[in-house]
Amino acid sequence: MDFRLTDEQLALQQTVRKFAQTEMAPQAAHYDETGEFPRSIIENAWKVGLLNESIPAEYGGLGLDGVGACILTEELAAGCAGMTTSMMVNTLGQTPILVDGTREQIEKWIVPFTREFRFSSFCLTEPSSGSDVASMRTMAKKVGDQYVLNGRKCFITNGGVADLFTVFATLDPAKGHKGICAFVVPADTPGVSAGKKEDKMGQRASNTTDVLFEEAAIPAENLLGREGEGFKIAMKTLDRTRPAIGALAVGLARSAYEHSVRYARERHAFGMPIAMFQAIQFMIADMAKDIEASRLLTYQAAWMIDQGMNASKFSAFAKCFATDAAMRVTTDAVQIFGGYGYSKEYPVEKLMRDAKLLQIYEGTNQIQRMVMAREIFKESQ
Amino acid sequence: MTFPPAASRRESRRRTPERRGAAGRASEAEVKIVVILKQVPDTETKIKVKADGSGIETDGIKYVISPYDEYAIEEGLRMKEKLADDSTVTVVSVGPDRAIEAIRTALAMGADDAIHVNDPGLEGGDSLATARVMAKVIRDHGFDIIFAGKQAIDLDQAQVGSAVAELLDIPQVNVVAKFELAADKTKATVSRRIEGGEEVIEVSLPALLTCEKGLNEPRYASLPGIMKAKKKPVKQVDLAALGLGAAEVGAAGSHVKILKWLPLPERQAGKVLKGMETAAAVKELVRLLREEAKII
Repeated sequence: MDFRLTDEQLALQQTVRKFAQTEMAPQAAHYDETGEFPRSIIENAWKVGLLNESIPAEYGGLGLDGVGACILTEELAAGCAGMTTSMMVNTLGQTPILVDGTREQIEKWIVPFTREFRFSSFCLTEPSSGSDVASMRTMAKKVGDQYVLNGRKCFITNGGVADLFTVFATLDPAKGHKGICAFVVPADTPGVSAGKKEDKMGQRASNTTDVLFEEAAIPAENLLGREGEGFKIAMKTLDRTRPAIGALAVGLARSAYEHSVRYARERHAFGMPIAMFQAIQFMIADMAKDIEASRLLTYQAAWMIDQGMNASKFSAFAKCFATDAAMRVTTDAVQIFGGYGYSKEYPVEKLMRDAKLLQIYEGTNQIQRMVMAREIFKESQ
Repeated sequence: MTFPPAASRRESRRRTPERRGAAGRASEAEVKIVVILKQVPDTETKIKVKADGSGIETDGIKYVISPYDEYAIEEGLRMKEKLADDSTVTVVSVGPDRAIEAIRTALAMGADDAIHVNDPGLEGGDSLATARVMAKVIRDHGFDIIFAGKQAIDLDQAQVGSAVAELLDIPQVNVVAKFELAADKTKATVSRRIEGGEEVIEVSLPALLTCEKGLNEPRYASLPGIMKAKKKPVKQVDLAALGLGAAEVGAAGSHVKILKWLPLPERQAGKVLKGMETAAAVKELVRLLREEAKII
C-alpha cells in the first residue's frame, strides 16, 4: 500500500492550488455577497483544463481518473466551494452520457466540451421529488420519433447558464422508478427555459434555478440507454460523482482549518495567543483529524470506482462523513474566531454557510446512511 | 544595482554564423529559444538556518520555479507561439534531482524539451561556476535567444544570466520589461524601466535577456499540459557528459565561498510609553527616536 501521490498527481495538485488561491479565493467574498455568476473565472479555469476532467482521452478530454478528480476538486473547493459546485456540475451533467451513452451520443454531446467553454447541468430534483426520485412528475411522452417533455425541475445547478441538460423524466408516474428515462436536452430546445434563480444561504456563486419544460420536443435518439433505465442511470451517476463531493468537503474544511490555525496563533487573550488554550487546541486537533479521515475515505471510494469495484457503500461513507465533518469544522472555525467569525468581514462564516449545502445535495446525508445500511444488510444476508 | 551597458556596447558587432549555436539550425526560419531556470524554495516557505550554519534546513521545504524565471518561460513560449513555426523552447536547469519538478512544470506550461544538469560535483558552485555549466550546455544545444529571470529569489545574486551572456560572448539586456522581436528575427526591441522613464534598446540576436515582473503574466501549467509533460524529453547531463573539468565547476571552480549562514536576528520587543501625560510621552518618544533608535 502506498499513500503517496504520484509526481503527476502532485503537479496537478500544485497547479490547481495555485489557480484556486490566485484566481478564486480572492474573489470568493465578492461573488458570495453579490450572488453574481463568476463566468470569467470559470472560463479561465476551463482554459487551464480544470473543467470536464473525466472526459476520456479518446474523446479529446483529460481522462482524469476518480482519484485525480478528487485531488482537483479539493484544491478548487479550498478556493471557493460555490464556484467549485458550478464547475463540478459540468461533470455531473456529462456523466450519464459518458456512462450510458452510445459512441455517437458521446461524440455529439460530449466532445464539444473539449473544444469550447460550455456548461452542462443535471436535472433530477423536482419541487415535490427530492430524495424520493421515483415520485417525479416531469413527463416524457413519445410522439412519433420524438419525446415531448413537460414539467418543472428545481434547485438545478447551472440551470440558468447551461448549454446542455441531462434530464430525467417519467413515461408514467404510476410505474415509479421503472418509468423514468434519461434524456439529453440542448438548452436551446424550444420549450426549455430557466425559471427563478434561488437566493441561497451559501454557495452563492453557483447558479441555481428552476428549469422548465413546456412541450419541449427532442429527437428519440436523445434517450440515454433504454426507456425505464433513467433511475438506474441517475444512481450510477451519483455513485460515481459522490466521492468528489467528499473532496469538495475536504477542500472547504481545509480552508476553514487553515484560517483557524492562523487566527489562533495571532489572536491574543489573557496575555497569550489563544492557540495556547486547550479548548482551542482540541477544536483544532479534531478539525485536522476529521479532514485527514475524510480525505482518506474520499480517495478510497474514488480508487474503488477507478478499479471498477462496487463502491456504493464507500461512496456514501465518503460523501456523508466528509460533508458532516466539513459542517463541524466550519462551525468550530466560526467558534474559534468568536464574534469576528460571525462577521462577514472574516471569511469563516461563508465557509459555514457553504458547508451546509454539502449535507443536502447529491443525496442528503440521511439518504447516504440509508444506502450504507442497505448495502450492509445486503452483505450480511 | 547597476547593469553593464552590454547591449549598446555590442550593438555594432557583426553577427557571425557560429554564434548562432554550435549545433546549427534546422533551417533559417526556426528559432532556438532557450530558457534558464532555477528551482528555489517557495517564497512562503519559512527558512531555517541549520544549527551549525552550514546551510538551511531542507526538510519540508516546498520548491518552486524562481518567479522571475516564470516570466522568462512565458516570454519564450509567447515568442514561439507568435512565430508559429517549428521554433522550440528548451529549458535548461542546473540542480539536484528535485529540480526535475520545476523542469516538468515548465514543460507542462508548454516548453518543448529540457536539459537537466545534475552532478554532485556541481555542489557549492558560485554564480560564475554555474554560468560556466550553463554556457557549455547552451552552446552545445545551440541558441538564437536566451531568456532568464532577472535574479533567482533565493540568493538574489542576479549574476548567472549576465555571466552566461559574457561566456557565450553575446549581448545581454537585463531587467527587461518589454520585448518585441523584429520581423526579420535578427534583432529585438526591448525596454527597461528606469527611474523616471523607460529605456528602449535595440539588441541584435543572439542575445540573452533577463526578465522583470510586468513583462508578461505567466500562464498556469494546464492539466493537459501536465499530462503531456511526462512524455517530453528531458536530457540528463552530468559532468562527464558536459566535458568540463572538475576544477572548473562546483566549489573547486568558484571564487566565492559561503563561510556561514546566519539566521536573521530576532526582532526585539517594542517599547510602550505608558502612564504618561501626552506631552511628556511625545517628548520621550522624540528623545528615544533620536538618541536610541537614531532615526531622526
